[in-house]
Amino acid sequence: MPTSEDFGAIRLTLELATVVTLLLLILGTPIAWWLARTRSRLRSSVGAIVTLPLVLPPTVLGFYLLLLMGPSGFLGHLTQSLGLGLLPFTFPGLVIASTLYSLPFFVQPLQNAFEAIGDRPLEAAATLRASPLDAFFSVAVPLAKPGFVTSSFLSFAHTVGEFGVVLMIGGNIPDKTRVISVQIYNHVEALEYTEAHWLAGGMLAFSFLVLVAMNALKPRQKAAEP
Amino acid sequence: MKPVDARLKLERNEFTLDVDLSLPGRGITALFGPSGSGKTTLLRCLAGLERAPGGYLYVAGEIWQDGDYFLPTHKRRLGYVFQEANLFPHLDIRRNLEYGMRRSGIRRIDLDNALDLLGINHLLERRPENLSGGERQRVAIARALLVNPGILLMDEPLAALDLARKQEILPYLERLHEELSIPILYVSHSPDEVARLADHLVVMEKGRVVADGPLSETLARLDLPIRLGEDAGVVIDAVIGARDEAWHLVRADFAGGELWVRDNGMTLGHPVRVRILARDVSLAAAHTEHTSILNLMQGTIAEIADDAHPAQSLARVDVGGTPIVSRLTKRSAAALGLSPGQPVWVQIKTVALIG
Repeated sequence: MPTSEDFGAIRLTLELATVVTLLLLILGTPIAWWLARTRSRLRSSVGAIVTLPLVLPPTVLGFYLLLLMGPSGFLGHLTQSLGLGLLPFTFPGLVIASTLYSLPFFVQPLQNAFEAIGDRPLEAAATLRASPLDAFFSVAVPLAKPGFVTSSFLSFAHTVGEFGVVLMIGGNIPDKTRVISVQIYNHVEALEYTEAHWLAGGMLAFSFLVLVAMNALKPRQKAAEP
Repeated sequence: MKPVDARLKLERNEFTLDVDLSLPGRGITALFGPSGSGKTTLLRCLAGLERAPGGYLYVAGEIWQDGDYFLPTHKRRLGYVFQEANLFPHLDIRRNLEYGMRRSGIRRIDLDNALDLLGINHLLERRPENLSGGERQRVAIARALLVNPGILLMDEPLAALDLARKQEILPYLERLHEELSIPILYVSHSPDEVARLADHLVVMEKGRVVADGPLSETLARLDLPIRLGEDAGVVIDAVIGARDEAWHLVRADFAGGELWVRDNGMTLGHPVRVRILARDVSLAAAHTEHTSILNLMQGTIAEIADDAHPAQSLARVDVGGTPIVSRLTKRSAAALGLSPGQPVWVQIKTVALIG
């Protein structure tokens, strides 16, 4: 049976994934919109930076974030001068690292959804007196709903499953930074295979269900206008 | 200042739009020309969907563009009808229509008027994907009118439709023409639509305006014969003035005379347009009694010019103030000794009633 430490890890993981997904909805949506619509020359560079966590080893990302948030890093100076202390080995530190790490999983599907809308519905909105911001919320967001569903589910599931970045930034502090994947690692290290099975099997079932739900929620492709 | 004033210059790879245009404040102005002539680009510049830097644009009492000043599309008092209806797929018809209404403070009564004008009352609860192409386009026109525009811009609204659907919409466009007091700018490459709907004609070629003026005058110009379709010709506004039941004919009265045409069941007093192609008009020096030609009129030669083929001439004849264009061989012109100011008899073989 799962121990109380296991339940603590589960609760922490769900909290982390929820906060990260909400943060991505706020921060990732404008990035995806900008990438989908801009004609700026910076587009490919910004796109590459956003995609970087996809190809970078989590330990590399974690290492640089650790330096950045540490006592002599830029972010560390900032948080200390604001009286917030240091971020490594805290929940907010985990949130920042996970948000960065899951960014491409959120931005890419949404960017594709925004691109698929094309110019024409937005042009129609403009000729019907909708300002660009109004058109974004009244036309682009509803039309990109499948993209929002995919992006949110993917980044939630991806955050639930992350290991390397968490270990580098947050370590292994019970109820503070010890997430499920780290707890599984602890169990295996201690040769507690039964407990590891509970959590690992649970993760497997969870991931499967997320994908099933994502497909079920996706609206069927409607016939294109002739 | 004219109701619409546009000086726009736009350079794209291999294409330059260079236009200086003043347009009347009501009626339908057709922007006519082959594809690639810049008609749609011009319309998009007027709407602010395309930027022509440094241009000048004055429409419906407001400056829309001048130097660095550029009024964004959503602040311009215009209605825009796209080639494909471009309805919002996530909204039903009612909410598509209300989208612009809510943002421009339109009254309920206008909705009812627009629904009646375009015959779309029964479609309100449907979704765009369940409408035919013609129905969608009628909804799109109503939607564009429901923002209380100062000008209506239409980008080939019939081009994406098949012939039957076109016939379904044309009567509604004619009603718009009769009932709206705002100018309509209508992009088209279809001679039939232009002949049927336009009051004013702007002919474009390679990004430039090559002719611009009232429809019948512009069509009768001999210096650049504008071919509406297969041939040069004129379009005349007339009214059904009499009916000859015995011979199934009606009389179309126009400013300079009258024409007998086949009876299509039009009511007396109904306004009609007739199209007379240059090749169907022949000229005679004297009145001929014995002819099968029904429509004979007296006129005066206004101008004679060369046609495309060296054997032929085009003659513009003034019939009581209405210009009619005739094509004849140069030999005939010489045999009749035709010259400007000379009275002639105009024989019209075929008259086509359009709308």
